[in-house]
Amino acid sequence: MIEVHELTKRYRGKVAVDGLSFTVEPGRVTGFLGPNGAGKSTTIRLILGLDRPTSGTALIDGRPYAELERPLTRVGALLEAEAVHPSRSAFNHLLWLAKTNGLPTSRVREVLAETGLADVAGKAPRAFSLGMRQRLGVAAALLGDPGVLILDEPVNGLDPEGVIWIRNLVKRLAAEGRTVLVSSHLMAEMALTAEHLVVIGRGRLLADTSTEEFIAANSGSTLEEAFMRLTGASVEFQAGEGR
Amino acid sequence: MSALGSAVAAEWVKVRSVRSTAITLGLFAAVALGLSWLIARSFDPGGPADDALLPVFFGLLTAQLVLVTFAVTTVGSEFSTGTIRASLAAVPSRGRLLAAKMTALGLTIAAAALIVEAAVFALVRVSIGDAAAPLTEWWTIEALLGGWIHLTLLSVFTAALTVMLRSTVVTLSVLLPVLFLSSQGLGNVDAIKPVAQYMPDQVGMVVMRMTVPGDPQFGRDYGAWTGIGILVLWTAAALLGAWWSMRRRDA
Repeated sequence: MIEVHELTKRYRGKVAVDGLSFTVEPGRVTGFLGPNGAGKSTTIRLILGLDRPTSGTALIDGRPYAELERPLTRVGALLEAEAVHPSRSAFNHLLWLAKTNGLPTSRVREVLAETGLADVAGKAPRAFSLGMRQRLGVAAALLGDPGVLILDEPVNGLDPEGVIWIRNLVKRLAAEGRTVLVSSHLMAEMALTAEHLVVIGRGRLLADTSTEEFIAANSGSTLEEAFMRLTGASVEFQAGEGR
Repeated sequence: MSALGSAVAAEWVKVRSVRSTAITLGLFAAVALGLSWLIARSFDPGGPADDALLPVFFGLLTAQLVLVTFAVTTVGSEFSTGTIRASLAAVPSRGRLLAAKMTALGLTIAAAALIVEAAVFALVRVSIGDAAAPLTEWWTIEALLGGWIHLTLLSVFTAALTVMLRSTVVTLSVLLPVLFLSSQGLGNVDAIKPVAQYMPDQVGMVVMRMTVPGDPQFGRDYGAWTGIGILVLWTAAALLGAWWSMRRRDA
């Protein structure tokens, strides 16, 4: 379970996350939505203890991330897929991650097989497509068999086969009783994957509800329409609008 | 394994799993051996006995720039590639991650420096025969030991500086001119020598017997082991700065 309480983050006077509170329950896929610049990635970095909040708390199973022992066995996160050393092989990238948390090398081989990267395990990510890097990021998230998964834009750069693979994967992970938070700006994808939605705009909570109720409450026939109606006031840049 | 032990093991995988490690450390060996061999060939055995250390350390003192580049790029790539966020997610304790990184890198550099120094010493011995510095003399052992410690500490110092500056390019832009100029120029300018002689790289010239106390131009106001002490202080200060920077700043 992820509990975010009154979370606020200011960077040099600019508010990125503003008194945000929500809870991500286990056993279902929770979609994390918001326009670009809404604070999704900042919120995720705060949950993972990478950035320090100005005020408020973010707890994983009741404890701040920094206090977790062997955190990879509790939380798996996919951040930017580009954030790997271009000349370190997929196997060695996962191996050093495994070593940090005392995980066996056999786990590295398992997640490589699970993400379809076994054949390119010895290759450097320099030669990988964005989709393969995403798979490597997912492999890293699954490494410690964690009960909480946080995936930031996991379908970015994936081909249709990869999109379906991610969709089935996150649904399966949730069905296994894990807590799954998936951020995305792809509404159609979220409508197919997420049962529950947390929607933010300009760092504030706009909605925390089931996907069905969200669409109904914002009088849209699709998630996209409902989303546009709700976030229309909080987007930073709009096409065709002079600033 | 302890949490710190696990983190060190992980950092060692990082160091050994990129090709640039083998390339830069190979280059370090090649520069040190090549230059020392050239100096040894033109060595004139007529001078004082400890002149025989010159061919050994001339190559090492120049090759230290390559070793420093290795230390800086190894740490800098962690920031430039964004791997630092994966590292901190896996090892949330900033102090533990820094300690593990510096331990793995420091041990790698200490091993490389020891092997290359021994190889250079052997090469010079083969080249100039009996005129070579004898291993039975304390001043030879002292210089070899001091040179090894100097190379290792200077590299750790620069690695810690990279953590503070978070960039390979910025760190090297600051360091290389300082390491070049103050060793080979500024450190000997009378007006700034009282201060400049305590810069971290200056210690190497004293420790490696590239200068002797009392020399009017190149002499320094301290001896070899005081020099090591000065470098220990610089390294400790840089490590503290790196720790403070990692704790204070967002990833």
